[in-house]
Amino acid sequence: MKLEETAPAAAIPSPVAPGERGGVPVTVWIAMAFVVVAVACALFGPRIAPYRANEQDLLLGTVPPGGDHLAGTDLLGRDVLSRTIVGARTALVGPTIVAVGAFAIATVLGLLSGYIGGVIDSLVMRWVDFMFALPGPLIAIVIVGVAGGGFWTAVVVLVVLFTAPDTRIVRSAVLEQRPLPYIEAARTLGISRSRIMFIHILPNILPIVAAYVVLDFAFALVSLAGLSFLGLGVSPGTADWGRMLFENRTILFTTPLAALMPAAAIVITAGSINIIGDWIYQRMSR
Amino acid sequence: MKGERLWTYVLRRLLVAVPLILLISLGVFALVNLAPGDPARALVGSRQATPETLAAIREKFHLDEPFLAQYLIWLKAVLTGDLGRSIQGNQLVTTMIWQRLPLTVYLGLYGSLVALGLGIPLGVLAAFRRGTEVDRAVVTLGVLGVSAPAFATGIFLLYVFGVMLNWFPTFGQGEGVVGRIWHLTLPAVALGVSVMGLVVKITRASMIEELLKDYVAFARARGLDRRRVTVAYVLRNALIPVVTAAGLIVVGLLTGAVLVEVTFGLPGLGSLLVNAVTQRDIPVIQGIVLILAIFVVILHVLIDVLYTLIDPRIRFGRVEA
Repeated sequence: MKLEETAPAAAIPSPVAPGERGGVPVTVWIAMAFVVVAVACALFGPRIAPYRANEQDLLLGTVPPGGDHLAGTDLLGRDVLSRTIVGARTALVGPTIVAVGAFAIATVLGLLSGYIGGVIDSLVMRWVDFMFALPGPLIAIVIVGVAGGGFWTAVVVLVVLFTAPDTRIVRSAVLEQRPLPYIEAARTLGISRSRIMFIHILPNILPIVAAYVVLDFAFALVSLAGLSFLGLGVSPGTADWGRMLFENRTILFTTPLAALMPAAAIVITAGSINIIGDWIYQRMSR
Repeated sequence: MKGERLWTYVLRRLLVAVPLILLISLGVFALVNLAPGDPARALVGSRQATPETLAAIREKFHLDEPFLAQYLIWLKAVLTGDLGRSIQGNQLVTTMIWQRLPLTVYLGLYGSLVALGLGIPLGVLAAFRRGTEVDRAVVTLGVLGVSAPAFATGIFLLYVFGVMLNWFPTFGQGEGVVGRIWHLTLPAVALGVSVMGLVVKITRASMIEELLKDYVAFARARGLDRRRVTVAYVLRNALIPVVTAAGLIVVGLLTGAVLVEVTFGLPGLGSLLVNAVTQRDIPVIQGIVLILAIFVVILHVLIDVLYTLIDPRIRFGRVEA
C-alpha cells in the first residue's frame, strides 16, 4: 500500500506523445466502463447482489464456485460475489472523502502560501517538508493501528498525510498564476486579496487540481484497502475488498476466488481511475 | 565544488536532520498517549490488567511524571541503545529487531533489483518507441503496477505460481542462500512490481525530455553511433531524476515489504510491526518506527549528497540545489 505522498507516480507527468492527441483512447473508454460498473455497484450494490452480503450460512461453509454461488462462499458461508459487489461502496466512499478532503485543505493552504507568501509560506512549506521526510504509509499503519483502527480513523489519517503533497501541488500552480497580467490588473483595481485568491486564481487552477484529485482517489483506494488488508481499516465483518483479502487469504488453496476476486476488484478499479486521471492530467497540461 | 565545500554541505544537511530526528522521536514517544484510554492500560497490551500490574507498569514507565520528563527518560535510554522490552514475551526490542532485520533487507534488495531491473529498461524502451503500441502497452503496464498494491499482486502470484503451477514455495523463508532466493522470489516480484510502475514513469518521462535536447541531435548529426549516444549521454542524464526519486522508491519498498511479509507469512521487520500494532505492543512499535524513520531521514540526506555528486551543474554551483 503506497500510502504516502500523492500517488508518487502522479507527481511525474508523462509528456504527451504526438500520437496521443485527438480523441479519447480506447484504454480510457475501457477504464470509464469499469468505473461506471464500480459506481453502479456502490449505488445499487445490495439490490444487484444475488445474496445479502452479510448473510452467513455456517452449515454450508466454504463452497467452490459454481451452482448457487457463482464465485463460491467464504469461511462463514457468505457469498463471495455478493460481498465483492456490495464492497464497492466502502471502496469508493472512503477514497472520495480522502481525495476531496485533502485537496480542500490543500487548496486553502496552497493559495495562502503561494499568493500571500511570507511567514505563512515558510510555515506551510516547513510542515510540508517535514511530512515528506517521513515514511508516510508506515506512519499511517502505526497511527491507525494504535488509535484503535476503524474506517473513519483511517480516512482522517490519510487526509492529513495526503494534504502535504497536495499543498505543494496547489502552491506551485498558484505561483504560476501569480505573475500573470490578470492578477496584476485585479490588484491595480484594488480587489481584496481573499477575493483574488478564491474568485480569480482558484478557477484557473481547478482543472489541474481536478486531475490530481482523480489520481489521489486511486491512491487512497489502494491505501485504504491496504489498511483493511492488515486488519486495521474497516471493522470486522464489513463487506470490503481489503478486508475480504485479509479474511480469505487463508483459504486461497481451497477457494481461491474468495481472495482473488476482491484483489482483482481493487486492481481494476484503481487501475481504471489511474488511467482516467493520467488522461485528464495530460489534457489539462497541454 | 571543492572537496571542502562538499563536506560542509554534507555537514549542514546532517545538522538539519538532527532536529528532525528529535521531532520524530517525540512523535514516536507520544504514541503511548495516542492509544485510547489509560496509557498504563495500553502498555499492558492485550494481557489481563490487575490493579497491581497497572501500578507496576506505571512505576516502570514513569507514567506519573509529566510528559516531557517521561520523554527525556525514554530518550536517554534510547540514546544508550535501549529500546525497552516487548510487552508480549518480555524480549528486548533491539534483539527482536536484529533477528527480523536480515529478511527484510534481503527482500528489499531483491525487490529493488526487480523494480529497477524491469522498470528502467521498460521506461527506456517506451521513450524510444514513443507514441507507438509498445509505448502505450508499457505505460498501461506502469499504471497497473502503480494501481496494484503489493498484497494483491502477491495473492495473484501465490495462486498462479504457488498453487496452480506449483513452481515456487508458498510459505517459509528457506535455508541457505539458494533456498532463500528460491523462497523470496515471489515476494520480491510482488514487491518489485508495486514499485516498478513509478520507476517506469520517471524513466520514460525523463528519457523523452532528454532525447529532445539539442546535444542529442548534435551528437547524432556528427555521426555518433546511436547506441553510444544513448548509453553514454542520454541514459546517464535521464537517470538523475530516478536517483532523486530514490526516497519515494525506498519508502514504497518499505511499505510494500510490510504488506508482502504479511501476505507471504515471512518473519521480517514488517510483519513484526504489524503484529506489534495488532497486539498494541507499544515498545516494539516505537522501536521499529524510530529506526525506520531515522533510516528514511538519513537516506534523504544521502540522496541529496549523491545528487550533487552525479550532477556536475550542481557540483560546480551553476544551479541552485
